[in-house]
Amino acid sequence: MKRAIKRGKSFGEAKAGKDAEAGRGTPEGIAEPVKKEIEGNSFSLSVGPVHPALKEPVRFNLEIEGEKVAKVDFEMSQAHRGIEWMGTRRNPVQIIHLAERICGICNICHSMAFCRAVEGIAGIEVPERAQYIRTIVAELERIHSHILWAGVAAHELGFDSVMHYTWKMRETILDIIEALTGNRITKGMIMIGGVRRDIDEKQAANIRQGLEFYRKGFGKLCGIFMKDPVIRARTKGIGILSRKDALAFSAVGPTARASGVEKDVRQDEPYAAYPALDVRAITPKDALGEINGDVFDRIVVRLLEVKQSIELIEKSLKQMPEGKIVHEEKAVKLLADLKNAKGEGIGRLEAPRGEVIHYVRLVGEEAPFCWKVRAPTYNNLLPWGPMLLGAQIADVPIIAASTDPCMSCANRAVAVEGGNERVFDNEAMHRLSVEKTRALRGQLK
Amino acid sequence: MRPGDVLGSFKKKFGASVSKAEITRFENSGVGKADAGGDFSQGFFPVGKKASVERLWISVERYSFKEAVKHLCGLYEMPHFSVIAGCDLGETIELNYIFTLGYGTKFGELCVVLKVALPKKDLVVPTITDLVPAALISEREIQEMLGVKVQGIPDARRLFLPEEFPKGVFPWRRDSKGPERLVRNLNREEAK
Repeated sequence: MKRAIKRGKSFGEAKAGKDAEAGRGTPEGIAEPVKKEIEGNSFSLSVGPVHPALKEPVRFNLEIEGEKVAKVDFEMSQAHRGIEWMGTRRNPVQIIHLAERICGICNICHSMAFCRAVEGIAGIEVPERAQYIRTIVAELERIHSHILWAGVAAHELGFDSVMHYTWKMRETILDIIEALTGNRITKGMIMIGGVRRDIDEKQAANIRQGLEFYRKGFGKLCGIFMKDPVIRARTKGIGILSRKDALAFSAVGPTARASGVEKDVRQDEPYAAYPALDVRAITPKDALGEINGDVFDRIVVRLLEVKQSIELIEKSLKQMPEGKIVHEEKAVKLLADLKNAKGEGIGRLEAPRGEVIHYVRLVGEEAPFCWKVRAPTYNNLLPWGPMLLGAQIADVPIIAASTDPCMSCANRAVAVEGGNERVFDNEAMHRLSVEKTRALRGQLK
Repeated sequence: MRPGDVLGSFKKKFGASVSKAEITRFENSGVGKADAGGDFSQGFFPVGKKASVERLWISVERYSFKEAVKHLCGLYEMPHFSVIAGCDLGETIELNYIFTLGYGTKFGELCVVLKVALPKKDLVVPTITDLVPAALISEREIQEMLGVKVQGIPDARRLFLPEEFPKGVFPWRRDSKGPERLVRNLNREEAK
């Protein structure tokens, strides 16, 4: 613990008390390593590190002054699985299965990004029907991910009944996905040059029915998150990421959009069936009329995106033409074609958490020469600096969770104060957050 | 953002130090339809045809690399930094800095890849975190994964590799400094 303090360098240091009060940091701050030793009233708080759900499990080393966070640092590693290295020893069709296992939630996005990179190099034409099916499955995944996240956020705030309600809602989407692909989570749907399974009329009717359920439930979900005074009090004005910082740290996905950066690959560089669907990046302005870049705004953006996804799936089902669903059905022939392909390709698309990029380089061998995966959380790490600066300890879990980093980071925490250790485990950290909610509820009533 | 314009501005400013440049076009990236009610007025691809995507690949010499990033910063509000993809090509190590420009506009985004080739004898590249702060994580990654020294990096700690990982082994390398020996030993341990 003490070692962590000594070599600690922060991504953002509050320049003056004012900045810390406002909960904001300056991007310039990151260039200067922190030289001063920890002194006076401050002590350090370590949150993390291991959570098996994320490629980059994160351990936070926070320096605390009183109740406020004065310095933010985090460490990754612990569970780097070397998936890219494994990929350079497999053929592209095998890699699809590997890519699906990068992230449990965004499995369609990773396999599709890889396939798009390879399709770009080899000039493979994806049939129109397959493009629509890809879009439908990706949007189902987005609804699933956002509703799952809403439950996690509610849990972090101490609203466990809301968590159970949202996760019960999520079951319907899992049932649809199971009926469509045979699996609830890892879908195995994407193939180079198309998709593996078709959507027939019965399944389409099933999807429509499920969407109707979400349309009805959406109002209630919005009511819970947007109108409840305690949730508003807990999330408004905390964890602020300004537009300037979001741009400087290249934030992606709902995190960037909540700060007013209208960045969405589905709008900026549409792929699959999105060019024909007229997608627009959603910012909090659409519902609130203003952009604050706080945790509340991130909740609003995700909720609005659930609604947007419902509309996109319905439109896709209506517009979807008949036809083939895959460019080349015989995997042997496909692999032979890919073996002759040479070049570099980039596959980009919008996952629920933000932009996914896969860089692939084929050199005329069976396995790709280079494969680099950039998951959205990778770019959403640095924005944690300005978000957490000046925050209260009790707000750390919800701020950290607000970028949807595939994890609730607070699984273990140790505080060192003047040589005495105060140990917070994840329960204690969570309890702090719940106590704050209860206290607020008492005041508001 | 049209790739031709961006490339033109690079060629005009840097001349010979842009050693190679290429615009690749991925046809059939998506379906395009005239009756979909989309705003295709920007002319990125013609109405009724399949949507296509273009990528711009620019190879720059190391001495003008930082200037090239600065030039990129001047072209748009703030270039969106994605990632650095590094390849060990034998004699050289090639770093692909992937940026996007023109985000926030419909059909207006362009992916620009700046390529820098570093000779194995002299693996040094200047940091770009003073221009694009987001590059810090990726620079830390290539430093530990490829053994490239990033000059002026504000935080040189390891990122993904654990602290006890042997020094002088770089997982993305394909030469004697790569992880092959580690992996062989791993199998031997398992056989026991």
